[in-house]
Amino acid sequence: MKMKISTKDLDFYYGDVQALRNISLDIKEGQITALIGPSGCGKSTFLRVLNRMNDTVPKTRCRGQVLLDGKDINYNGTDCVELRKRVGMVFQQPNPFPKSIFENVAYGPKILGMRNKEQLREIVQKSLRAVALWDEVKDNLDKSGLALSGGQQQRLCIARVLAVEPEVLLMDEPCSALDPIATLKIEDLMQELKEEYTIVIVTHNMQQAARVSQWTCFFLMGELVEYGPTSRIFTNPEDQRTKDYISGRFG
Amino acid sequence: MMGICGVSLPLFIVIYVIAQGLPAINWDFFTSEPAGGLSGDGGISSVIITTLWLVGATLVVTVPLGIGAAIYLAEYARDTWRTEIVRRGVELLAGIPSIVFGLFGLAIFVQVFDLGLSIISGSLTLACLLLPFMIRSTEEAMRSVPRSHREASLALGATRWQMVRSVVLPSALPGIITGIILCAGGAVAESACLYVVMGGSAEMPGTPLDGGRSLAVHIFYLINETNALDKAMATGAVLMVFVLVLNIATRFLSWQYRARVGGKK
Amino acid sequence: MVRKRYDSSLGALQDDVLVMGSMVEKSIERSMEALKERNLKLAERVVADDCKVNDKRFDIEEKCISLIATQQPVADDLRLIVAVLNIITDLERIGDHARGIASIALMIGDESPVKPLIDLPRMAQKTCEMLRHSLDAFIQHDANLARRICAEDDEVDHLYDQVFRELLSFMAEDPQTITRATRLIWVAHNLERAADRITNICERVVFVVTGKMEEISASCY
Repeated sequence: MKMKISTKDLDFYYGDVQALRNISLDIKEGQITALIGPSGCGKSTFLRVLNRMNDTVPKTRCRGQVLLDGKDINYNGTDCVELRKRVGMVFQQPNPFPKSIFENVAYGPKILGMRNKEQLREIVQKSLRAVALWDEVKDNLDKSGLALSGGQQQRLCIARVLAVEPEVLLMDEPCSALDPIATLKIEDLMQELKEEYTIVIVTHNMQQAARVSQWTCFFLMGELVEYGPTSRIFTNPEDQRTKDYISGRFG
Repeated sequence: MMGICGVSLPLFIVIYVIAQGLPAINWDFFTSEPAGGLSGDGGISSVIITTLWLVGATLVVTVPLGIGAAIYLAEYARDTWRTEIVRRGVELLAGIPSIVFGLFGLAIFVQVFDLGLSIISGSLTLACLLLPFMIRSTEEAMRSVPRSHREASLALGATRWQMVRSVVLPSALPGIITGIILCAGGAVAESACLYVVMGGSAEMPGTPLDGGRSLAVHIFYLINETNALDKAMATGAVLMVFVLVLNIATRFLSWQYRARVGGKK
Repeated sequence: MVRKRYDSSLGALQDDVLVMGSMVEKSIERSMEALKERNLKLAERVVADDCKVNDKRFDIEEKCISLIATQQPVADDLRLIVAVLNIITDLERIGDHARGIASIALMIGDESPVKPLIDLPRMAQKTCEMLRHSLDAFIQHDANLARRICAEDDEVDHLYDQVFRELLSFMAEDPQTITRATRLIWVAHNLERAADRITNICERVVFVVTGKMEEISASCY
């Protein structure tokens, strides 16, 4: 299986505090990889390293290699704008812009320079179809993105990311603000999307990680404790700490 | 008890001035120039035009500078001691009495730049006075845009400037417009520093290099040099209506902004 | 419809059970044929194929465990998966019984038969029929069908009685036939136990549908 993203000996610091220690991990192409672990273990930090979003936080340092398709993206010369087109991100709280649904989805292609109205319409339709939102909103594309329900807003945010045609989707607890039905819909969506994209999802909901992913990585206090196929991790983990966390014996 | 006092006092002032000034207000009042000198005859036509020019020119200078500085401070400046100095400087400027700006304007714009006692000198002086407020209100409006929107924009591959232009500024726009209107209100309300730099000409201005009186300054002249208290009250009434309209516009815009962004959730 | 992948996993699991069921059914048929025709090669094949049945069982078991761990099944789905775990155990035991019959065929070898085999093939045929129907009831989630199949176990028990008495009388008349007759009694015993296992499967089907464990079989072997 091809490795889409690999990290080697990754260390990350917020100021003087070391948030990630020596993380070496492979994300496989076309698969869903889940990052689990207790609060503060570094999984969101790690996710944000993959598209250099931590650069927006002052006083952070990141050492080690992060290879995307074999090329290191963790050095000063990286074009982060280019990187973020290839590696898209969906956040925990649905955050559509206070613009219309159409403008939300067209935002990405527009800032990348697309001006042709026909092309924009096509991309918006394709993206909204991909997230199963097209039929619900096709007559209301001028409505504000904020007028949708929570689950719809999150799907809108996913459509927004898909519109720039990334290769990797990073999802930071995408369902934690949603109700159970909306959550299951997003999980089904992820199964469909994994055919075309590589997906990395951070979740504090272990059952979700078990349901949805093919690979699971367990983080604890900034370290990568164990990682492997999801069915093995949840039926026969090797590390005692993983066993304790998964069976809820943590505390 | 205090609430009732707090509300009734300004209300009383407003009603009193308008009541006193109403008799002097007629069509003539608005269309004739004041006679100047000691007589107090005439109306306030030139004064109104001067005021409008003054506010316009002030905004032309203040708004771009203020917004630009605010964008820099809110989005681009890093947390270093240099940025701290700039911020402290802005706060300091906000606290300086307006008459001091008047002296500054007199020395620099009127004399050194040789712009003379003119509307332009008045606008530039007002710009110095009002810039800190413009910067502050724009910066606040920009800061109120949620961080999540900025992150979403950056995560889609926007550059910093694209993010500011396409997400932050549009969202902050109502707040910025409120700031602009307050600036205009501030310009109209100034009397002392304009008295110093604009000259006292009661004639209709031909160019921005001409001198003139704004509404507030005209009241000052009427009280000091003439006996036309009724005309002064009338001018005061017009001024208050002006300010009231600006106030209402501000409130309306904030209400609209909140309804658009907040109410639809 | 949400949870498509999960639903298709459950469907695939049931299909796997059918596959294992047909493997076991073939084993019974072949072992009886080997016995009748004295086809030692066929008997050897049945014995060898038993490990494939065991492998299939472990494969299905792993899938069940994985589904429980990763999909958090509840209600009907949970009962289904638990039933599958039990059914494959029963199927594996039936497979062992078929292997037992094949082993006996190998032991008998070329010996002349005590009597022509009539009832034993009938027992085998009945057992295979019961197995097929029980798996139908499983796939269709048909509790009534399952209960009816349990009643058919009586027929197999009846045939077993018949064979037993008949072979006993042979042994009483001619002690020379004791070894051969005893072996045939073991064959009958294997088939009778296999049929009992099938009633277990039917009880599990009723459990999946109603949520209750019912003891259905009336006979007491």
